[in-house]
Amino acid sequence: MAKSTNSWFKEKILMGRTWNEFIRDNITIGNIIALIILVFGIYAMVYRLIYGLGPSTNLSDEYPWGFWIGFDILVGIALAAPGLTVGTAIHLFGIKEYHHFARSVALSSLLGYIFAVFALLFDLGRYYNLYNLLIWSWGFSSILFLVGWHFFLYIIICMIEFAPVFFEWLDLKKAREFFAKLVIWATIFGVIIAGGHQAALGGLYVVVPSKLHMLWYSVLLPPFFLISAIFGGISIVILEATITHKAFRYQIKDFDPQEFDKKLIGLGKATACALYIYLILKLLDFAHYEKWHYLKGFYGWWYLFELIGFVLVPALIFTSAFRQNKVWLVKLGALLTAFGVIVNRLNICLLAYKWYIPFSQKYYPAWTEIALSAGVITMLVLVYRFVLNRMPVLYEHPKYKSEH
Amino acid sequence: MKLSRRNFLKGAGALIGSLIITKPTISLAYSKGEAPSIYTTGNKANAKNWKIYEERKKKRLPAAEEPYGVLVDISKCIGCRRCEWACNEWNQNPNRPLKEFEASVHQKPSVFDKVRRPHAGNFTVVNRFYSKDGTPVYVKKQCMHCIHPACYSVCLVEAYRKTSEGPVIYNPSVCVGCRYCMLACPFDIPAYEYYDPITPQVTKCTMCYDRIVEGKVPACVEICTGGALLFGKRSELLKISHERITQNPGKYVDHVYGEKEVGGTSWLYISPVPFEEIGFFVNVGETPIPEYSEKFLFAVKFFEVVGAWPLVFGAYYQISRAKKKRYSTNEVKGESHG
Repeated sequence: MAKSTNSWFKEKILMGRTWNEFIRDNITIGNIIALIILVFGIYAMVYRLIYGLGPSTNLSDEYPWGFWIGFDILVGIALAAPGLTVGTAIHLFGIKEYHHFARSVALSSLLGYIFAVFALLFDLGRYYNLYNLLIWSWGFSSILFLVGWHFFLYIIICMIEFAPVFFEWLDLKKAREFFAKLVIWATIFGVIIAGGHQAALGGLYVVVPSKLHMLWYSVLLPPFFLISAIFGGISIVILEATITHKAFRYQIKDFDPQEFDKKLIGLGKATACALYIYLILKLLDFAHYEKWHYLKGFYGWWYLFELIGFVLVPALIFTSAFRQNKVWLVKLGALLTAFGVIVNRLNICLLAYKWYIPFSQKYYPAWTEIALSAGVITMLVLVYRFVLNRMPVLYEHPKYKSEH
Repeated sequence: MKLSRRNFLKGAGALIGSLIITKPTISLAYSKGEAPSIYTTGNKANAKNWKIYEERKKKRLPAAEEPYGVLVDISKCIGCRRCEWACNEWNQNPNRPLKEFEASVHQKPSVFDKVRRPHAGNFTVVNRFYSKDGTPVYVKKQCMHCIHPACYSVCLVEAYRKTSEGPVIYNPSVCVGCRYCMLACPFDIPAYEYYDPITPQVTKCTMCYDRIVEGKVPACVEICTGGALLFGKRSELLKISHERITQNPGKYVDHVYGEKEVGGTSWLYISPVPFEEIGFFVNVGETPIPEYSEKFLFAVKFFEVVGAWPLVFGAYYQISRAKKKRYSTNEVKGESHG
């Protein structure tokens, strides 16, 4: 018995190597850098748990939400939207050309949410009370209640969406079939749930009209968050596919670079559409609430910079990319778009929130806050790689090929 | 292996932590010798008030006929800070001798040099501003006890209650510590025990709920000798404040702060100088904050319900198409989609 589990472990986890071989193979520069980041990150986590939020962060009574909420949750969840966007397009609208991406987007959404919630636990003062949200004390009037429940449900949905891959890996045919049938229903609920909470994250700031700078504040914040999560999510798919198809090319037998580039350009088109819709809505909001007179000083310029540099410019880049059929432009546009989502969320959470406080008293993250977030991202990347190395994500499992 | 490496790193981290950091690094915004109230932990007022609230609910005691409130007449405040002292005393917050509080109005430099706000260890502060002709104006700041509290409506675990007597109170035992109440509060009142690693609480003025239910007035009102604070039924206080404004023409600004702000608050202010000059948030609007989230939640439900049907139909279509596909052996690749 012991022997059989041992060999299972060796085959599935160590990929047919012994421990020594496994460790030797894993001593690479990339892994050492990852380890260093992890050491700092885990140090920050332990420090936070032992000494509390006060010593480990720059949070204050003026700034109850800092980098952890702004980056790990607002940015993290927006960029973990591949499942919402590409996953839906594949499963619901039957866009078969992109079926190739279905598994990797399910994986990135699953891991994105799990690690975002993991990072969130460190920000919560009483993390051990979080179960109250699910079973005990329901704040129905709270937008955050909706967000919390939707996170919980969406993680389950992502697990269902990814389960077929997992069970192919374990070679459990019946379980795989069962979950494969569930996938489409999970996707429906996934769209509703993910769309709902992406918007709700923007809704969190709808309640602070007097505290958020009027250029960023809008009753349209929920749709802004939803649409930017859509283009952020697709651009992450583009970046992720670019990286994984380079690093894991050996896994994909019939890899057709031209076909792949065509798909990326297609994704770029979708991103550009979302960017243009976003831009139009932003202009509508700007014109309807007559925000002209806010366009002055630092915040005015910064708002224009964000809107032009990270929405209009990438949209134009994507446009010229598919006009000239240049895939590198798509990648550049995706990079800029994803970065723009980061800038937008941090702007709202850290800069535009309490904009009336002078800069000298404004919040900025402590090194422990950044270290913890970097540590969590590193964990995500490592787990992602761990899964890609072992499970049939990028390629079709030979045994289950016919069923795709 | 994974677990053991993690444990090892945890142990190592704790060890390094205890070696390097002997003194906790201080949150930057407060680094230079400020009131220690931000370091305070172990709030007792929250749990005490909540217990009373629960007990009264269990006994099914009748709700108050009318909510109470406090009227702050800014023109009468002399800046003695005795309310701060009494508040700390009653709520068992760290305190200093009363004389030190009273002295600060004449001291130079004094605590009045900086505009302060409530922190973990003090639920109320008195700030000094100067009117245009240079006379000092003292403004007491504490929780406004909104009629439609933002903190209550945004709390994801319903840790807050608006009591029928008027006070808004907080239950630390269900709180998850997300601090959304602090973000949402239009008056920036709730503070947090950032220096408690295990059981931090949100802290704020309880309007002395524990005293009100016993028929007493809040501790700050009781000690106020200048007559700046007046406790009573909110409707009566409103009448009084309008009377004072009309009967003393030119003395007050014609505005009762808290009558309509964010839908009305239990605490009301009348002032001889415009409110925007003495640190009030005058742009909070008259819409109750909960209305914003209600509208949004309704919209989300609407879209989730309306959006669900086409999605279910789409899924059904996909499944039926997949079934059809199973019958036909060779599928054309560039098939169009609906």
